[in-house]
Amino acid sequence: MTAILEIRNLTKKFGGLTANNDISFDVAQGEILSVIGPNGAGKSTLFKQIAGFERPTAGEVRYKGDRISGLPPHKVARMGVVRTFQETTIFKSMTVRENVIVAHHLRSRASLLGYFLNSAQARADEADFARSADDIIGFLGLVEIRDELASNLPQGHLRALGMAIGLATQPQVILLDEPFAGMNHDETMRMVALVRRLRDERGVTVLLVEHDMPAVMKISDRIVCINFGQKIAEGGPAEIQADPRVIEAYLGSEDAAIGI
Amino acid sequence: MDTQTQAYSGRAPDRTRRSTRQVLGVVLFLAFVFGVVPAFIAATGRWDFYYTLTSVALLSVAAAGVWLTFYIGRINIGQGAYALAGGYVSTILMTQGGVSFWLTLPLAGLFCALISVLIGWPILRLRGVYFAMVTLVLTEVARLTALALPITNGAKGITSIPLPGGVSVMGVTLIPDFATLENPRQAFYFVAVTVMVLVYLVLWRIVNSRLGHLCRSLQQNEELSASIGVNTAWLRVLAYAISSFFGGVAGAMFVSISQSIYPSSFVVQDSVNFMLYCFVGGLGYVFGPMLGTLLLYFGWDLLQVAGQYQLLIYSGTMIALMLVLPNGVLSLFDRKGAGK
Ligand SMILES: Nc1ncnc2c1ncn2[C@@H]1O[C@H](COP(=O)(O)OP(=O)(O)OP(=O)(O)O)[C@@H](O)[C@H]1O
Ligand SMILES: [Mg+2]
Repeated sequence: MTAILEIRNLTKKFGGLTANNDISFDVAQGEILSVIGPNGAGKSTLFKQIAGFERPTAGEVRYKGDRISGLPPHKVARMGVVRTFQETTIFKSMTVRENVIVAHHLRSRASLLGYFLNSAQARADEADFARSADDIIGFLGLVEIRDELASNLPQGHLRALGMAIGLATQPQVILLDEPFAGMNHDETMRMVALVRRLRDERGVTVLLVEHDMPAVMKISDRIVCINFGQKIAEGGPAEIQADPRVIEAYLGSEDAAIGI
Repeated sequence: MDTQTQAYSGRAPDRTRRSTRQVLGVVLFLAFVFGVVPAFIAATGRWDFYYTLTSVALLSVAAAGVWLTFYIGRINIGQGAYALAGGYVSTILMTQGGVSFWLTLPLAGLFCALISVLIGWPILRLRGVYFAMVTLVLTEVARLTALALPITNGAKGITSIPLPGGVSVMGVTLIPDFATLENPRQAFYFVAVTVMVLVYLVLWRIVNSRLGHLCRSLQQNEELSASIGVNTAWLRVLAYAISSFFGGVAGAMFVSISQSIYPSSFVVQDSVNFMLYCFVGGLGYVFGPMLGTLLLYFGWDLLQVAGQYQLLIYSGTMIALMLVLPNGVLSLFDRKGAGK
């Protein structure tokens, strides 16, 4: 097992609040790893630092051996590490298809001037983006709604669209922040299957933050549990479920008890 | 997969029809501004129309720039600063450097684009009302700078600026010397309209190419845009630089027509007007600022009959327009409701 992502002593302070405190763990190539923890534990903050949206106060993130923490998000994305957002984040006044097409930016081979002049390369790019977008839209089951304005979509579809946008960048590592939020049981199970396929068929390494414990237990190879900004446990689903510190964290926070 | 391919190939004739209609529209527009308008003016003897329409064309060039900054999600109330800077650059190059006006026109635009990069880099991080306020101040800063600098000749300004000279290549006169023309007003009108057509063609191409799609992504969600790999800071500066280029070119043209420039040639009120032209025409439509400029410029003139109530009626109408047509006048003609 080779680590594609190494999180080393990551610490993030917001004024007096320590949102992440000396967190370290490795993510293996092709792994599905979940980060769990009660509300406010620091999960999103961790993801933001990995994707370049927040600069760590201390510590670092390495991707394939190179330090990526502190780089701006577009550079991190260019290297292959892309996040989706906890809040539904899409381009509201574009259709589903336009959303996914525009997200192919990193695959551009023509220059902006080339696009302006509609060069042969630009036309080839656009055709390529459209083809790939239709592919992703098909993969995520959004074909029927591809010409809908994104602002008109229900929550479940918005989540899927957020993921489609992430996939359009052709990530090596995708960070999904609560991908199943707002979905019913059936929708969640369908998404769980899709995330699996993403890893199995495309070899994408998946990190995800989720509160839906049955889904987490079903999907994860490994789980990292955070509480009050500190990593308190790491291991396989069965290990985590039986871990007294994890149970304590969840019971103590009045969050629903961990379990299936 | 098969049905998908079919669905999209089924759209091709529709697209050809649309582009035919677009070409037809452009041809009609060109015929109108270069043929019908001069014919009408010759027939009626209303030579003053040339001056009015030239102003509309140039104001709409500056407004096109403001519209582009709206397109990346920034409210720009600072275009007056670049129009003023462009005017001074052109003037100083002509009067002190002996450079041909025709060369100073792009140079004024480039100068403005360059300083807009320096100014835009820090301030484009600001959003919403904060960016708007800073740009508003920028117009005032430009005026004060022009008052203070020796090269701009302070409050006295620069007057008796020569008319544009001729351009000839290998003995063939491409552009006649404006001083020798019997009717320079008409010549200015043709130049202004040509500049306007070029600027709107560029704007249209930007909006309908990937560059425009990226600008839209920026307008709708900057964080998401960054997460798909867009260098948002750079793209914002690029759009702002193009915007300021338009402002500089418009300013240089204006000054050449009035043959004089003062620190108060472009003031905060002008910056505000450019923004209003965009609002009234429609922020979602490339030709919004052009229509907005035409409507507001003529609207203001027509309201002259209302005497002391002119401003009251003008402002009242403007508020009503924004309430009734928040997406601009062009949304009236947009059946599908989706702007382009
Ligand atoms: N930009 C910020 N400035 C100040 N405090 C912040 C900031 N972002 C997060 N925090 C704080 O850091 C802590 C961790 O927040 P974070 O969003 O990472 O939690 P989370 O584990 O994702 O929670 P949830 O499950 O509710 O999404 C919270 O107390 C939060 O209020
Ligand atoms: Mg969170």
